[in-house]
Amino acid sequence: MHPAYSVIFFTVASGAGYGMLFLAGVLALLERLPLSPWFAWPFFIIAFALVSAGLLSSLLHLGHPERFLKALTQWRSSWLSREGVLAIATFAPTGLFALGWLFVVNDTSDIGPVMQVLALIGSLLCVATVHSTSMIYASLKPIPQWHRGDVTVAYLVLGLASGALLVGLLGALTQTTTHLAPTIAIVALIVGFAVKLNYWRSIRRLPRASAATAIGMKPGTKVRPLDPPHTEPNYLQKEMGYRVARKHADKLRRIAGTLAFGLPLAALLVWFATDGVLAMALAVIAALSGIAGMAVERWLFFAEATHLVTLYYEGDAATD
Amino acid sequence: MTDLPHQAPPRKLGLVIDLDTCVGCHACAVNCKEWNTGGIAAPLTDTDPYGANPDGVWFNRIHSYETGEGSAGRTVHFPRSCLHCDNALCVTVCPTGASYKREEDGIVLVDEDRCIGCKLCSWACPYGAREYDASEGVMKKCTLCVDRIYNENIPEAQRVPACVATCPANARHFGDFNDPDSEVSRLTRERGGRALMPEMGYAPINRYLPPREVPKTASALEATADTMESKFLQWVDRILS
Repeated sequence: MHPAYSVIFFTVASGAGYGMLFLAGVLALLERLPLSPWFAWPFFIIAFALVSAGLLSSLLHLGHPERFLKALTQWRSSWLSREGVLAIATFAPTGLFALGWLFVVNDTSDIGPVMQVLALIGSLLCVATVHSTSMIYASLKPIPQWHRGDVTVAYLVLGLASGALLVGLLGALTQTTTHLAPTIAIVALIVGFAVKLNYWRSIRRLPRASAATAIGMKPGTKVRPLDPPHTEPNYLQKEMGYRVARKHADKLRRIAGTLAFGLPLAALLVWFATDGVLAMALAVIAALSGIAGMAVERWLFFAEATHLVTLYYEGDAATD
Repeated sequence: MTDLPHQAPPRKLGLVIDLDTCVGCHACAVNCKEWNTGGIAAPLTDTDPYGANPDGVWFNRIHSYETGEGSAGRTVHFPRSCLHCDNALCVTVCPTGASYKREEDGIVLVDEDRCIGCKLCSWACPYGAREYDASEGVMKKCTLCVDRIYNENIPEAQRVPACVATCPANARHFGDFNDPDSEVSRLTRERGGRALMPEMGYAPINRYLPPREVPKTASALEATADTMESKFLQWVDRILS
């Protein structure tokens, strides 16, 4: 599948943004979200900027972005529509929660029932929105590398990990937070690494349709493309025929694994034993490396996916 | 709207394509383009049509394959277009309701005024039936010539999809699969018409008639190779040479 930069940016940015907003709710409920304006203001500005920029970027790749309101109508059947509805709905509780946190709450250990409800609903909606994003891909049967349960797990866990890395960074820079956000980041990174390693290992050989059944021959019939329907690549080949060469994919997997998981994990573990400027530097390294690595991971998620329509153009070689 | 019809459509209009007689001439694709670039999905935009990198929207693409091996090997020409699936994922993934399946005859269409051009429906189709029109910013697909088959302004004999009307090999047939006496139902029954990628669960309407089995008569050369006469002649040949 063609890796569109707008969609890669959207999923990585909104994943991190919703990860931060989710953590805001969780930390508030655990009575651990710092009240300091030096922490809270940049926290909510960055989180909402990431979410909004992601949504705007996803609108930009549309042919008719001005008709986006129509995309909120088909939530009964369409995960894309559900994502739009949930993304907009999430602004209400998380926005009210942010306003309450910035202007009303003055005791972290006593935020009141209204803020508790807003924190809970906001966090749940963040999870539901990222879940919908993942289901847009996981619901597509013609793309075997996407039509899997662990795609959803990866989107949720990587969103949480990148959000926790940013919260940890903000805490380190403002020296306000506890070890909670980095600890959540470490757990999410370990789980995310395990999920992605298993995903990368298992997508190389997937059972799927063959060129024989694609053109109505008996299963098992050898089918070799002879003449293509057209001389130059068409929309289908440009959009769905994109595939990264396996040797590059291996290299990119190592880069993604190192940047997204290895380096942030190492930096965070050392971070626990340090303080001052060194701790800040380590938090910066962990966050930047993690998010860059997740962008590479998301690029690979598209570039390694093969659409069944390639069977028509490449025969069974398309699925090798 | 992007729900599939709640009741099975009373008519199931679709195509039967005979892979035995299709000669791969691309006439169906050309006539499809000609009709539909002025039809309800018009225009079927082309970019750089006379240049080095021509590209454009076509509803019908003709592939040619070699199938089988040895004496069972043959060339198969394969026209590929929308199959108007009963279980069309391209319809249910649409966030706007632009992509829909008609309740009355099962034709899958795009309402271009509602389409936001997110391309998700084309990702949801394993058959590559949908092509994005970048200049219009909307998705386009085969309409089963809905603007021909019900068109009372053209002679009745022409009220079939353009691809069917033009096929010089009579390899394309149009009709109602719900009617057991229709030509498409009869051909499907008699020739073992196949659905494409049935394992995907899309329940496509169109059927493809597989190439007829080649009779297993060995070639003249093979037939004579092992007779006593030929062995004798080979022996003579060796002695004399």
